[in-house]
Amino acid sequence: MARIGVFVCWCGSNIAKMVDVKKAAEIAGGFPNVVYSADYKYMCSDPGQNIVKDAIREHKLDRVVIGSCSPRLHEPTFQRCIGGADLNPYMVEMANLREHCSWVHDDREKATDKAIDLLRMAVAKVASDEPLYTTKLPLTKRALVIGGGIAGIQAALDIANAGYPVTLVERTPSIGGHMAQYDKTFPTLDCAACILTPKMVDCASNPNIQILSYSEVEDVSGFVGNFEVKIRKRARSVNFEKCTGCGICYSKCPVRKIPNEFDEGIGDRRAIYVPFPQAVPNVPVIDRENCRWFKEEKCRACEKLCPSQAIEYDQEDEILTEKIGAIVVATGFKTWDHSAIGEYGYGKYKDVITSLQFERLTNASGPTEGKVARPSDGKTPETVVFLSCVGSRDENHGYPYCSKVCCMYNAKQALLLKDKVHDANAYVFYMDIRANGKGYEEFVKRTIEDYGATYLRGRVSRIFESDGKLIVRGADTLAGVPVEIQADMVVLATAMEPQTDAKEMARKLGVSTDQHNWFTEAHPKLAPVEALTAGVYFAGACQYPRDIPDTVAQASGAASKVAVLFSKDEITSEPMIAYIQESSCAGCHLCASVCPFTAIDMVEVTDPRTKKPKMVARVNAGICHGCGTCAAACRSQSAKLRGFEDTQILAEIEALAEITSGF
Amino acid sequence: MKYAYFPGCSLHSTAKEYDCSTKAVCETIGVELEEIPDWNCCGASSAHSLSHKLSLALPARNLGIAEKMGLDVAVPCAACYNRMRAAEQELRGNTSERESINKILSAPFEGGISVKTLPEIIGAPDLAESIRENVKKPLSQLKAACYYGCLLVRPPKVMGFDDAEDPRSLDNIVSAIGVETVNWPYKVECCGASFALTKPSIVVKLTYDILRYAKAAGANCIVCACPLCQANLDTRQKDVEAKYGEKFNLPIFYFTELLALAMDLPVEDCLKRHMVATDEVLRAPITVGSGENADKR
Repeated sequence: MARIGVFVCWCGSNIAKMVDVKKAAEIAGGFPNVVYSADYKYMCSDPGQNIVKDAIREHKLDRVVIGSCSPRLHEPTFQRCIGGADLNPYMVEMANLREHCSWVHDDREKATDKAIDLLRMAVAKVASDEPLYTTKLPLTKRALVIGGGIAGIQAALDIANAGYPVTLVERTPSIGGHMAQYDKTFPTLDCAACILTPKMVDCASNPNIQILSYSEVEDVSGFVGNFEVKIRKRARSVNFEKCTGCGICYSKCPVRKIPNEFDEGIGDRRAIYVPFPQAVPNVPVIDRENCRWFKEEKCRACEKLCPSQAIEYDQEDEILTEKIGAIVVATGFKTWDHSAIGEYGYGKYKDVITSLQFERLTNASGPTEGKVARPSDGKTPETVVFLSCVGSRDENHGYPYCSKVCCMYNAKQALLLKDKVHDANAYVFYMDIRANGKGYEEFVKRTIEDYGATYLRGRVSRIFESDGKLIVRGADTLAGVPVEIQADMVVLATAMEPQTDAKEMARKLGVSTDQHNWFTEAHPKLAPVEALTAGVYFAGACQYPRDIPDTVAQASGAASKVAVLFSKDEITSEPMIAYIQESSCAGCHLCASVCPFTAIDMVEVTDPRTKKPKMVARVNAGICHGCGTCAAACRSQSAKLRGFEDTQILAEIEALAEITSGF
Repeated sequence: MKYAYFPGCSLHSTAKEYDCSTKAVCETIGVELEEIPDWNCCGASSAHSLSHKLSLALPARNLGIAEKMGLDVAVPCAACYNRMRAAEQELRGNTSERESINKILSAPFEGGISVKTLPEIIGAPDLAESIRENVKKPLSQLKAACYYGCLLVRPPKVMGFDDAEDPRSLDNIVSAIGVETVNWPYKVECCGASFALTKPSIVVKLTYDILRYAKAAGANCIVCACPLCQANLDTRQKDVEAKYGEKFNLPIFYFTELLALAMDLPVEDCLKRHMVATDEVLRAPITVGSGENADKR
């Protein structure tokens, strides 16, 4: 006979305000098999947990019901608690009296009745709880970092320095990401290259880091500690070992005038190129779509000129398969295409540029060597207008969210303009100035007061060309007047948005995305770097717009999560997962097709009764999340979920049905 | 192709030239217009500032009658189109509002028909052939700034017609009759029509900007599809010239007038109603080939 204890929590006033907790505990004390019941102000607190533990010992309880908050919040707490009193940790059931009851009702009497019903159901379920045991799984101590921007670089360095090997996969020919494009960084005006390139070099020289640039993750299978990752190493057409990085090939390549992606299209590159001089690895790539040899079977100039015979036109893509224990996703962001905005000319005005293009214009290693020159005629602009929130906080054209970093880089760019072109006029249109970071507010103030940038609160309704000028028309909502500025150049702070293939990457990794395709963390507050899929972590702006300090902090956070995982030699797997009763499994495959985590495989076994081979489903314990979809779908009740067996669910329903039939 | 025709108050008074040219062109290209019997004012522009219900009920009455006729509505005036389209959209989506409005209508509007603006109807791809066939005198002497004004394409979600920031429908229509159109930044700016009587100084400034940018872009006339825009730009031109000391002399045509002229339909009476004389720009071009005169046009 089961001996059940019921413990009802007040949750301060959260539950007690709407539920008569004393009455609920008292009535629950009379339920079948219940030998003890109590209530307490904070059951999750130390004294609260001691009440539970003491009662287990004193009343020889063998299972426990806690009437408190959601099991998502405190089930592990109470599992540990009863484990401390020598019960199997899975012999506890939670009745959610807070989220499912007190928070959502306003009639105390009815809420109390409902709380009692919820307790009755939990008591019925716990009576058939069975002890469950965790299992141990092996673990590969190698991390994969996807994306070689500052987030990926920081995460890779931290994991490597903790002593674990890292494979860093970068899609473009060089690591460095967006940060390598920037000129100075707010609010300290450190030169981006000066603080980034040493880290890039550290990555390259760290024996624990393997950089796979110009490569992409093709496929991810397996589970935490035991991922198998296929990586496509795209054909570089240059031999990595032979190339010395001398640069003769790209200085002599006859195919010019290809817009350089790294310069956001305002500078050129050749068909064989390194994206920027400080590239890591410093090994060129042949862009086969533009190379004359690949297009017309002519030229081969680079091959003839290369002093180390490193050019290999016949290279092919390679698929590498790596065993990986944990994955850090640092795939970053892209900027929104402002050509959707008709008011700003649908992208057809040459001197309406993006903030990223402006970065390249002010960058000493950019196409103008740091000279601020407008793209149309190369003249130094006298008046530049900076527009905030282009596609951000704009549900008509772009996204409802704030891109978070634009206020700060607007201020930085206005300051840099005034610094480089002393008598230039810098106008900044803004909605609100969001300068909430260390030294940020002071920085904006410096731009306005010391550098004389003119800040106008309002939006720009129209930009058009007239007599070689850009007419910028908007509103100054503080003065309450329309404003018209004759500008030479307009810089649009375009919204940050997820990578085009973020959804595809999410599918490969088995992680989820939000409505805009940003990756979704396991918990917005308490698990901000973890994906819901175990062993996958996020760093940087692939999750949401972030500035460099936040990105670096998060990358180190993700790296420490990996290090914690790798500090153990085995992985403990949760026992509340699905399993298949093979004797009745008909091998129909339905469970495998509905499983959202692809945790079910079909395997051949010998039927013990007929001695003939048959196909049955099998759950991979490392991948299964215990969602129960298979158990609900199975037509022969062969797919089952530990801790949520049919008998247990039916016991709950019956407990509730008895009450209902009493009305 | 047949439509319930809603001329609106302007086309029976100040904009008769829009009305007669519309009818002449539509008949020629095979668009049948049957005027909505006993139509009433659409309510622009005062009703919607005073009573939301009234602003729905006035157009709804016309829509109800048209629905009884079983025809989509053709609306030449941009302001009428704006109000009728707004009412159509709201009544279609909001059942309770529709029911309450229908209670006071003799012919209820159930959303079975929809409202179309004249540039949309005439600019439809399946009429292009018919227009091309009927052109007798291409108007290649004209270099037009097509002016859409603010109401025809806005708000885009309600009007659902053309591009709100860079509309092309009028440009496409008049290009088909040989008119060269200019790229200019003021296509969709407001002419200040609703201040025409209450605060003319605003109108003079706004019309000045429109005329100025049209001229700067090299246009010798402006083409529009709204009686209020036309009236403002045409009648205020003298005031503008006096105030800003700049001569414009830009005739303001309805696009239907140009279609009628190109099709050689009898619309001389229309042109007589213009304040800025039209005969100079319309003077037929000297036949190409006589080099010395070709420069003059």
